[in-house]
Parts: sequence; structure tokens; C-alpha cells
Amino acid sequence: MTLTHLQRLEAESIHIMREVVAEADKPVMLYSIGKDSAVMLHLAKKAFYPSPPPFPLLHVDTTWKFRDMYDLREKSACDAGMELLVHRNPEAEERGINPFDHGPLHTDMWKTQGLKQALDKYGFDAAFGGARRDEEKSRAKERIFSFRTASHGWDPKNQRPELWNLYNARKAKGESIRVFPLSNWTELDIWQYIHLENIEIVPLYFSARRPTFEYEGGLFMADDIERLEKVMGRRPEITERSIRFRTLGCFPLTGAVESEAATLPEIIQEMLLTTTSERQGRVIDKDGGDASMEKKKQEGYF
Amino acid sequence: MTQPTYQTDALIAEDIDAYLDKHQHKSMLRFITCGSVDDGKSTLIGRLLYDSRMIFEDQLAALESDSKRVGTQGQEIDFALLVDGLAAEREQGITIDVAYRFFTTESRKFIVADCPGHEQYTRNMVTGASTADLAVILIDARKGVLTQTRRHSFLCHQLGIRHLVLAVNKMDLIGYDRAAYDAIVADYADFAQSIGIEGFTAIPISGLAGDNITARSGNTGWYDGPTLIEYLEAVEVRSDANLARPFRMPVQWVNRPNLDFRGFSGLIASGSVKPGDEVRSLPSSKTSRVKAVVTMDGDLPEAGAGQSVTLTLEDEIDCSRGDVLAAADNPPQVADQFESTIVWMDEEPLVVGRGYWLKLGTQTVSVTVAEPKFEIDVNSMDRLAAKTLHLNQIGVAEITTDRRVVFEPYEQNRTLGGYILVDKLTNRTVGAGMIHFALRRAQNVHWQATDITRDDHAAMKNQKPRVLWFTGLSGSGKSTIANEVEKKLAMMNRHTFLLDGDNIRHGLNKDLGFTESDRIENIRRIGEVAKLMTDAGLIVLTAFISPFRADRQLVRDMMGEGEFIEIHVDTPLEVAEARDVKGLYKKAREGKLKNFTGIDSPYEVPENPEIRVNTVEMTPEEAADYVISKILPLK
Repeated sequence: MTLTHLQRLEAESIHIMREVVAEADKPVMLYSIGKDSAVMLHLAKKAFYPSPPPFPLLHVDTTWKFRDMYDLREKSACDAGMELLVHRNPEAEERGINPFDHGPLHTDMWKTQGLKQALDKYGFDAAFGGARRDEEKSRAKERIFSFRTASHGWDPKNQRPELWNLYNARKAKGESIRVFPLSNWTELDIWQYIHLENIEIVPLYFSARRPTFEYEGGLFMADDIERLEKVMGRRPEITERSIRFRTLGCFPLTGAVESEAATLPEIIQEMLLTTTSERQGRVIDKDGGDASMEKKKQEGYF
Repeated sequence: MTQPTYQTDALIAEDIDAYLDKHQHKSMLRFITCGSVDDGKSTLIGRLLYDSRMIFEDQLAALESDSKRVGTQGQEIDFALLVDGLAAEREQGITIDVAYRFFTTESRKFIVADCPGHEQYTRNMVTGASTADLAVILIDARKGVLTQTRRHSFLCHQLGIRHLVLAVNKMDLIGYDRAAYDAIVADYADFAQSIGIEGFTAIPISGLAGDNITARSGNTGWYDGPTLIEYLEAVEVRSDANLARPFRMPVQWVNRPNLDFRGFSGLIASGSVKPGDEVRSLPSSKTSRVKAVVTMDGDLPEAGAGQSVTLTLEDEIDCSRGDVLAAADNPPQVADQFESTIVWMDEEPLVVGRGYWLKLGTQTVSVTVAEPKFEIDVNSMDRLAAKTLHLNQIGVAEITTDRRVVFEPYEQNRTLGGYILVDKLTNRTVGAGMIHFALRRAQNVHWQATDITRDDHAAMKNQKPRVLWFTGLSGSGKSTIANEVEKKLAMMNRHTFLLDGDNIRHGLNKDLGFTESDRIENIRRIGEVAKLMTDAGLIVLTAFISPFRADRQLVRDMMGEGEFIEIHVDTPLEVAEARDVKGLYKKAREGKLKNFTGIDSPYEVPENPEIRVNTVEMTPEEAADYVISKILPLK
């Protein structure tokens, strides 16, 4: 009865989630509506069955997500029997921060600052995130229980040793822990698990004819053409193309790929035969050079 | 460039369903790479990722430009840059922390922990090794077995890694010389035997050129063993070995969605379990039978080591987080004193006698560590005398927990034999330990059950036993106020006893001096005496400076819930010094008295004392009344 790698990963993730619930005062699950979040939520349901997961879902919204994502967000929380909290940085909202005019500030204000505000507001002391170690160089170095100071900073050179599956969840008042139950999953594992377990994901991962426009060399979807026109100051030239997304973020920041892959096996096939990495479509890793993600994390980004 | 032989591109393109089916049934192996600083660990991992096509074009393009800019391989690709992910690592060209990387072959998924080589990052290496099934120890063929090779082999062996690969790297740089290779292997075999390593597999490789990584190299015709990948694919994984052992599951969480369901959730550490099996809950030793193995996908006919499940039982037995469910006829042991190997991981050295948190499986208890029997010089393997353990040092010491712990020797069971130590104040993970065995005296000294219980003693005295722990600076008024409180309690017909710091040092503790470990032992004995007195039903009052939070916590942890009342006699230093009843402040100021609290030794103010009395605003009499008012009712 040798366990398959997916069975071992599943068991490990469930063990991690139960440790957090047993030891943290007020845990929360960060829910970004992407495929990794979908897997994480599914694992949470398994970990606590027949109880519903004993913590709320938190979506740190930027107001710039795809409409399909908002639809699935409501449905998923409802299906899991969990409370859904949505936080939008009021300052970003007021100043009309958007990806076209504000570049990196968009990510900082909506996501990094927004996340910190939400965690402080509700007083969560442990937050699950769906990040994986295969995504990015500094993530590959991060512990499963990643300790944050009261100001949410990460100190990569001074991480707590993490031995066996013994997680040290102790912390002083005000400090918190980010927990990554999917640390050891790869992109392929995620897709395969979604396929095996029949997990519902945002339809945008599957190819379909969608309205697109080109911007600074990338291909983007015109999800809300009126709003785009307003912030871009012009109406982009729209072309119908058969596209899908490998990763989902804010619609003007997430590049689409031309594809015909309309089923999970086709998506996996395309992923395995492709020659570029998953985050390539995201602008976020590129501003700031080599250590861009590491720097963001030190400032409190997930 | 060696062509990767283990990618299934054709199958992916032609029949994705067949590929997925195959991938789904892969097993998983976790291994670490370690060795000396420039032995080429990161290069080897870069090579494995590259050959298994886990590096994408955009990453490769970035790597090529990085290699030219900051790499150490001239115009060639510097694979090490793929794994050294932190800015400081790339700047300094060294590995500081463990990086986890992933690749798959036809039959397995691999998780590689790339561990740092420098001695000052030993704790990070131990982190990587603790979850590994196998270790690849790299050796630079030009340099042979080095100090770091020995240290890492020793650590891997200590952490129970039973599969070792000796990868003799950079064979291309010595012209694939067989004699040189054989000499290195023989040298290592001598060393391995001397520290008890039972066997290892040696492979001549070149990470940079790709020899014997995935494909047999034409350059080493004299070598007829497996390639590195062949070996990694064939070796047995640990969870399979655990399956054959008796059933053990530390309970993580009790699942109670409604009154009709009570399930015990946990990750099975060893063995297997099915409905109808008789299980024993430890330490209570109550037994029951398994009703169902519950998962969201339906009840399972059986579950085994490595699976996360929820068990329901036939009977309502007392079982909660920290308990272990085990095979009823073959349960693990329970004890509170152990001999164990300890790896120290914190800048602040081990304090002998101080209370730390010990986490083992899902059990968290308070523990003290005795003076180490010896420290092991990780470079020479010599046993040295030691008073304590400093950062990255390894030693063997006896530990004592405040409650009985369910355990197995680490050699038999990593989950029930490995523990971490957490500092009670900083919350840092300061050490890791591996239990060898329980001390005989712990198993042979049994608690004698007496017929007159502590509740009986308390009932006869018509009071709730408590410890009123007065803490504060010298001259703050602790003894005076404690004395007043005791007088008032006596007038209320209560049975009390006042333990005074100076008086105790005349008798029970006269063998103790004022070093850090003596100070902790002093407090521990006072705590034990106070505990016996509460067992006898008394209200105990103590008056000790007890300046350190950890020490007060040590005593608090000995007592029952709500029985320890910390009273901070809060007197500012200048007020206490002005009083200077015993003339001690004067001596300390003149340098005639060292380590005097408040002068050249800190007083750690209680953060959340049950009671705080302000002696500037209150007379001793008023303070005593205030204390009494806070502990009412007395029964």
C-alpha cells in the first residue's frame, strides 16, 4: 500500500491545517479564488470533515479581479459552509489606485497594505496562504509556518528551524504566522489533483473565445471594457481570440495565452509541453529585479 | 549535454490520459544534498532540474544573463544561481538556508532540500535532514573526504537517515581516474564504519558535465553501479517501512460537529488501522474499538502510515489533543525522564535547569535539561565535557518533563522520538532532540496512590490550596507583606505556611550557590516543596526576588490550574534602594556584591500577574488587605 505522491501531499497539507486550528487563537484562510486557493479550500474541507472548516475565508480584493472570479468566490464559500470576509483597502479605493496609472503601487496598496489592514482589523494570528515553493526562488526558501513580526515583516535570514512535522506556532501578542499548506506541491500536482478530485475552478482557466486587447507587448482580456476605457483614456482595440489563463490575478495585470485547451487533461498537456514558467504572465515579479518577491515579503506581502 | 532519458514528452503529446494515469501512481522520495562548500551541491540540483526539464525558457534566459553577470562559471551557465534564492546568498555566493526543489522522473516525484555547508548554518541543515528519506553527500574528487563531509554524514546518521549516497563529484576534473575514486571511497568507508553507518552507495559523477546523473557515462567504463537517478528511483521510502510497525496515531484535534459525532483526527505515524481493531489511548491506557475510519471521500476499510484520517470509537473514552491512539496489545511507552541527543539551534546557549516547552508529536509539555553528559565535536567525533550547549553544538543529556509523555525511541519512530525545544519567553525554536530511551528510574519509580487525596486534605482544612508567590526587588516589601497576609489568614482560621527565601537557603538549599543553574535549581526545589504543601491542603506564601519570568513560569507550570497566584510587589528601584534595609544596595553599588538584581542583573517585571501591589501608595497592612480581597473566597 505505497502511498502515491499526491496522497502524501494531501495528508501533509491536512496535518498542517489541523495543527494550526489546534494551536492558533484565530486562524483565517486567505482565498484568492485561483486554482491553488481552490485546492487549499478543498483540502480544508477534507481536514475537518464532517465539521465545516473552523475558520473564515478572507479575500483581499483589489476591485480589479475578473467577474468570473467574483462569481466563484461567493459560490465556493457558500458550498463549504464558511464565512466569507472581503477587504478592500479604503485608501486605495478613495484614491482610485489602478494598475495602469500606478504600476507597482497598485500591488502594494491593494494587496500588501490591504492584507495587513485586514489581518490587523480582525486580529487574525495565523493566516493560510496557497503559495508553493516551486513558484519562485524566495518561496523555495520559506518555512511552512512562516513567522511575521507585529508589522508583518519576514526576516529570511532568521527563520525558525522547522524539523520533522513539528511546527512551532508560539508567538507573542501582535505577531502572526503565515502558513503554507501547499508548500511542497508543484504546479503539475495542483492540476492533477484538481482533475482527480473534480474541484471546481474559475472557467477562465479553460480556453474559450474571449474579447482581448494588446498592451505593452502582452495579451489581455477585456473583462470590463467600460472601466478599461476610463482608466486607459482610450478604448483599446478589441479582438476575439481563443484564450485562457495559466494564473489569475487582476485582469489588467494577468496575461492570457492563446490556447485551444478546453479540458483539464488538455490544460495539463499544454502546461507540460510549454516552455515558459507559470508566473511569466504576471507583471508583479518583474519590477525590482532578482529579489523582487523577497523584498515584497519582507514588507508583508504574502 | 546529456540527453534526459526520463522525460515522457512523447506520451504527453500522444496520450495525455495515459501520462496522467502514470503520473498519478508515482511515489515520492524526499532527499537532501549536502557536503562541503564548493563541492557542487547547488550545481547538481540545477543539473537534475535542468535534465528533468523543470527549468522553463524564461527562467533559463534569466539564468543565462545572471550567470554572466554574477555567476562563478565564466560564460557557462551557473546552475547554483537557480537554487540560491535569497538576495544575500546570491551576493555572497553561498547557501544560507535550505531550498526545496522538485522534479519528477518516470516513476517518482522528488523533493530535494539543498542544505548549506557552512558550520554556522548547521541548524538549517538539520531542518532539511529531518524530513529526508535519503542523503546525497557530495565530495569534490580533487579534495576527498573533508571535515564538512564527516560532519554532514554524522548529522545525517544522527537524524536517522539510513540511505546515504556518496556522490564523488567533479570526476571530469581528475580525468575520471578510477584509482583516485577508489581511494576516496575506501577513505569514506573507514570513517562511516567508525561512526556506525551501516552502508552507503558510492557513485562517480560530474554535476557540471552530467556524468552518471541520468545516463551511464562513457567516461567511467570501470563503474558498473547505478546512475544517481536510477538509485533514487529504486530506493525504499520510509513511509513503507513505517507501515510494518505497530499502529500509532498522535491525536491532533477532536472533531465534534454535533452531539452524535466525536472523531479523533491525526496523521498515522506507523502501522495501519481498520474498523474493529482494539486501540489504546495513552497515557490514560483506556481501550476501545475502532468504529470507523472517516474521510470526506467515505469511510475507509483500512488506513496506514502517512495518511491523515479521523477515527471514531465504539466507547466514549477520554482522549484529546496530545494523546496517542495505539495498537492495544502493543502500545508505546510512557515516561517523564529520558536520555536524548540534543542539537542546539539558538544564539543564546542552553540554560541547564530552565523550563522550556517540549513539543513531541502533538504533546506540548514543560521540560528541563540536565547538564550534558558530553558534547560531540562534530568535526572529530570526539566526546568532550560540557556544561551547556551553544549554537550548532550537539550533545547527549538527560531531560525531565513535568508530565508523562508517550514516546518511542527515535530510531524506531521519528514522530514519537523526535522533539523540538521552544524558549518560553522568546518563542524561538531553540533546540531539537532525539530520544534514546527512558531512564530506568522514571519507569521504576511509580506514583504511590494514597487513600487520603489532596482534595480530602483541602476539605478538612476548609480551604482551596494555593501558592501566593510574592516577587519583587530586594527591599520591595515582599516578606513584610507576606507576613501580614499570613497573620490575617491565620485570624480567619486558615492553614498556611510561609516559605522565605533566606530561610530556605539556610537549610534545604544550603548546597546551592548563585550561578544561573543553581538559581534555577533553588526555584525548582521551592516549587516542589510548595507543591507538596498544596497537596497537604495548605495555602503557601513565598517571598523570593525571583527576577526571571522563565523561573516563575517554571513553578506556575508545576501547579494546578488557578493554584498559582503571582503577586508583583511593585516598588520602584529608587524607593527600594532608599529603604536598603539590609544594606545590600550599598554593597552592590560599591561593587562588593555581584549579580545584584536591579543593579547589574535585570528584574523581569511580571507581564500578567494575578495581583499587583503598589507599595508607594499602600502601607504593608493595606497591601495585605488588598491581597486578601483578591483571593476571596478562600474555599
